[in-house]
Amino acid sequence: MNSQAALRWGVAAAAAAVAAIFPLVFTSELVTQIAVDTLIFVGATAAWNIFSGYSGYISLGHAVFFGAGAYTAGVAAQDWQVSGAAEFLLLPLAAVVAALIAVPFGLIALRVRRHTFVVVTIAVFFIFQLMAFNLSVTGGSVGINAPFLGWAPQTYNNPFYYLALIIAAGTIALSWLIRRSRFGLQLRAIRDDEDRARGLGVRAMRVKLAAFVISAVVMGLLGALWFFFIVQVLPQYGFDPLLDLSVALMAFLGGLGRVAGPVIGALILEPGQQYLTLQYSNSYVSEIILGSLFLLVILFLPRGILPFAEERIASWRGRRADARDAAAGGPPGSRPAPAPAAIAPAPQQGTSGAHGAPGTRGTR
Amino acid sequence: MTALLRAEGVCKAFGGVQALGGCTVEVEQGSITGLIGPNGSGKTTLFNVITGYERLDAGDVYVDGTRITNAPPQRVFALGIGRTFQLTRIFPTLTVMENMLVAVQHTDRGRGRNRNPLARAGGSADRRHAMELLDFLGIAGHAAALAGTLSYGQRKLLELAYVLVADPAIVLLDEPAGGVNPSLINHIGDRIRELNAAGRTFLIVEHNMDFVMGICERIAVLDYGTVVAAGPPDAIRQDPRVLDAYLGTMEDDDDVG
Repeated sequence: MNSQAALRWGVAAAAAAVAAIFPLVFTSELVTQIAVDTLIFVGATAAWNIFSGYSGYISLGHAVFFGAGAYTAGVAAQDWQVSGAAEFLLLPLAAVVAALIAVPFGLIALRVRRHTFVVVTIAVFFIFQLMAFNLSVTGGSVGINAPFLGWAPQTYNNPFYYLALIIAAGTIALSWLIRRSRFGLQLRAIRDDEDRARGLGVRAMRVKLAAFVISAVVMGLLGALWFFFIVQVLPQYGFDPLLDLSVALMAFLGGLGRVAGPVIGALILEPGQQYLTLQYSNSYVSEIILGSLFLLVILFLPRGILPFAEERIASWRGRRADARDAAAGGPPGSRPAPAPAAIAPAPQQGTSGAHGAPGTRGTR
Repeated sequence: MTALLRAEGVCKAFGGVQALGGCTVEVEQGSITGLIGPNGSGKTTLFNVITGYERLDAGDVYVDGTRITNAPPQRVFALGIGRTFQLTRIFPTLTVMENMLVAVQHTDRGRGRNRNPLARAGGSADRRHAMELLDFLGIAGHAAALAGTLSYGQRKLLELAYVLVADPAIVLLDEPAGGVNPSLINHIGDRIRELNAAGRTFLIVEHNMDFVMGICERIAVLDYGTVVAAGPPDAIRQDPRVLDAYLGTMEDDDDVG
């Protein structure tokens, strides 16, 4: 257990070190641009996972917060004529707006569960996209342009890279803290059986809403950063259904409800998608491949890469231990079955024969 | 002595089916009270109404003098009523210890360390208390296992254990002996008696008559949503109304189905 924890911290520290020096080693503008996109998705997927992964409520409406963050930054920068690096000071404002949208959104959507919840989040998403197309404050289909930054092209991406890295790393740290906290425990209890959790004193609505708002805040921050990075926002890209699908797919691929799972998923998928878009000038090819990948993941890795790998390692270790025991003495098969963990005699006798469905006794 | 839990004239209909029709049940402090009746007589519905899982149409529920009619489940639990379910419900993707810690939160609010919402779930005192309960029920060896890997009988024990974590004044058990073998039934019965001797109050729904008659001091019999008889086990055993409820009388025997 302890060596595992040490390994985990080692991997996290190594990843942080690599991320910190990445743009100093790979100075190509194309590479750093993909790196910024990837970090935005790492942060978005980790944030989405704090809500959807832990609570089991699959949201396909988180692009609402991303888009709201982008438009908030755009409108504020335009109206207040913010320019230069000062534009990054608008990021907290985007986070606040995302949170203010998340509260009523959550209070309505979180009354329903499972498929109904998914449908409601999609519906709310399209309402926001339609508003972005049709309201005057958003510039309609022309969108909003960000202030021009007269930075040197070679290092233009670096401030964005480090800001995205800080947000992503902070979100991962928050995700880890939440998962081991009582708040996270309550979320995971809600995922397993919400009504039972309420019967044990969990204030389900409050807990779900808190997680929803937390993930919305990060989405808002990232939306604003993304807006300044690509220097404009259009309704169909600010409120992009593909963002929701990508984020969900990344989390599913890596391992839903885990801290590292969504990060692994985003690190694999986003650079892959960017590479495909560059390889094939037709961007729909990458979307078709993305969709096919979704199907493959559900077919072969329904629980994601991380749980799958852990199971493989555990069974490999188990087999190795078995082989060692067999070599140590006794013909194979003569060994008793591995002893179960210590248990009081009475319940063990009781439970060993109690696998039948309740009520079977009554039919005899 | 006043009743710890009192359901007074409770009515509940599902569409045209009157599941409870003016049902009144009292549970004395420190007692083990049984609730029996044929299938469909409203026992589980009464549990659901008391614990806030169903809204009642008429009547009132009091715990220790406080009116909790139609209070949501989390409030009912916070006021000291714990329950188990007929079809055992645990959190399968959490470990057994994590299952225990879910119920902890409300009992220790107000202590300083819980002000921080990101503090690690379950302090050492909470974990020790949870471990004692798991040990008491005989599943301490499984504390680190995922609850989904437990057998049906072990899940029953876990469900009872995590309800006890929050130290509820009264525990409602829905068929604690249902679907488990005789030696485990005895084990569960012994644990309930021990807890009762330490002052815990129980209300038990159960079909296993030997179990109910052996453990309860007082039994209420439910039929068609009302209490048709109540009293000590010996009186209930011989009550003609109870035999009617279970076996049907000549007048009742007009099946049109």
